[in-house]
Amino acid sequence: MRRVYVNEEWCLGCHLCEYNCAFANSGESSMVKALKDKKIYPRIQVEEGDKINFAVSCRHCTDPLCIKSCISGALTKDENGVVTIDHNKCVGCLTCILVCPYGTVVRDGEGAVNKCELCLKNSCGSPACVKGCPNRAIVYEER
Amino acid sequence: MMKHYVIIGNGTAAVGCIEGIRTVDKESPITVVSGENRHVYCRPLISYYLEEMTDIEKMKYRKDSFYSDNNCEVLYGKHAVAVDKDKKTVQLDDGEVLNYDELCVAAGSRSFVPPFEGLDTVEKKFNFMTLDDALALESAVEPDSKVLIVGAGLIGLKCAEGIQDRVGSITVCDLADRVLSSILDSECSELMSRNLEEHGISLMLGDTAVRFDKNTAYMKSGSEVDFDVLVLAVGVRANISLVKDACGEVNRGIIINNRMQTTIDNIYAAGDCTEGKDSSDGQNRVIAILPNAYMQGKCAGVNMAGGDETFDNAIPMNSIGFFGMNAMTAGQRPDDAEVYEEKSDNRIKKLYTKDGYLTGFMMINCAERTGIYTSLIRNKTPLDSVDFDLLKKNPGLMPFGENYTGKKLGSVV
Repeated sequence: MRRVYVNEEWCLGCHLCEYNCAFANSGESSMVKALKDKKIYPRIQVEEGDKINFAVSCRHCTDPLCIKSCISGALTKDENGVVTIDHNKCVGCLTCILVCPYGTVVRDGEGAVNKCELCLKNSCGSPACVKGCPNRAIVYEER
Repeated sequence: MMKHYVIIGNGTAAVGCIEGIRTVDKESPITVVSGENRHVYCRPLISYYLEEMTDIEKMKYRKDSFYSDNNCEVLYGKHAVAVDKDKKTVQLDDGEVLNYDELCVAAGSRSFVPPFEGLDTVEKKFNFMTLDDALALESAVEPDSKVLIVGAGLIGLKCAEGIQDRVGSITVCDLADRVLSSILDSECSELMSRNLEEHGISLMLGDTAVRFDKNTAYMKSGSEVDFDVLVLAVGVRANISLVKDACGEVNRGIIINNRMQTTIDNIYAAGDCTEGKDSSDGQNRVIAILPNAYMQGKCAGVNMAGGDETFDNAIPMNSIGFFGMNAMTAGQRPDDAEVYEEKSDNRIKKLYTKDGYLTGFMMINCAERTGIYTSLIRNKTPLDSVDFDLLKKNPGLMPFGENYTGKKLGSVV
């Protein structure tokens, strides 16, 4: 399956991926409406260092700890290997956050959690973070 | 060769076991003995059901077709009463006898109710372990009910949160001097207590009921508590008797190795009924948490079907919230551990390190990216291989170095 991969040496640390993620998943038609004066809960996060930066999002692990640990059955793997969350079932216990070794599950601000679903469930259709990255520091491909 | 698999229990560990078996053996029949008359549901969600954050349909742990998709026959409302390890049979309470080639005991745990004097005079009394318990409690409470919950552990307090909007008042008592004493130290517990009290829960700590007379509890301290509804959440006990009676090794739980084998050939065990190695300190203990149940069940299933899997990094861990305040704990906190602490009004973070490893942590309201710390415990990562000074302040991947991030973020993991 295609996943989002990082080219660490190319990340500028501009955080555009975070904004594009929040916008793509907001359901709003304009970025201003989606983001202005709002606290955002992006599913990709940029870590900044002295020498390098990189953006971290769900690895869609082959054997995901989050799914095995989910107490509500809300996290599942679809037939293509994408780890998805059913918000209807999530009760916000945060056990997935407690176990994800990459720290890629985030709270959604409404009592449940969010995670990268590769923009396959929103209108974007493929990862908005990758589309909007100005330096190809994140790519969406098969490896 | 076709085998016949039998699983005693129909909870999370049983699902793990079924899914584990099916990774290796797609064909052989599986019989599931389900004491509860229900499709597998998420047991920890019973308080969320009362809170109306979920419903019985949404609580299903797997979809309706799960058993048929996996060629399982489920015997609902039946209990296993004995295992004959020589004949390789399981006897059920209705007299039926099941043959097995490979057996998994995933029998869970039950409420432990100490022998209170006068308990039989209490009309409305409940445990809080199953969905049926929750439904019974739901139909017993009224908007003006006075509820007394004995036990301020995870179960008792989750129950309190679940029914808080449905009742008049809730008092929770516990012989321990603090809430959640099995997972929190006094400082974290204090913060959580304050939060519970701010949300209308009355706490009586260091005190417990010793005697009941109808609607009155007589406390150890001498005080009396009037109530309409009583919930007993004192503790739980692993269901070990099937294996014990078959002369398998048991302690507080059924003893298993890292392949989920009991000491009896062809009998495996998984979930809350088991006692295995806690990899955070090497001690054997019951780790009755859902992730463990699933992972043990899966491992057992793979091995039952002739595969080869080990599960050797079980650690105790909990993420639990009450009225918006989250507590997360993992691993152990040895007395001689070094502690890194951050504290502010509504937030506590404590990391315990010893001999160059993170052995455990305890957090109130600082959930973000905590799994990175959990992974240090689970993977026994030597702290000198990471920039722990950076990591202890902010959980992230940067402190693991470029080799690690290059691999984890640049390839399939």
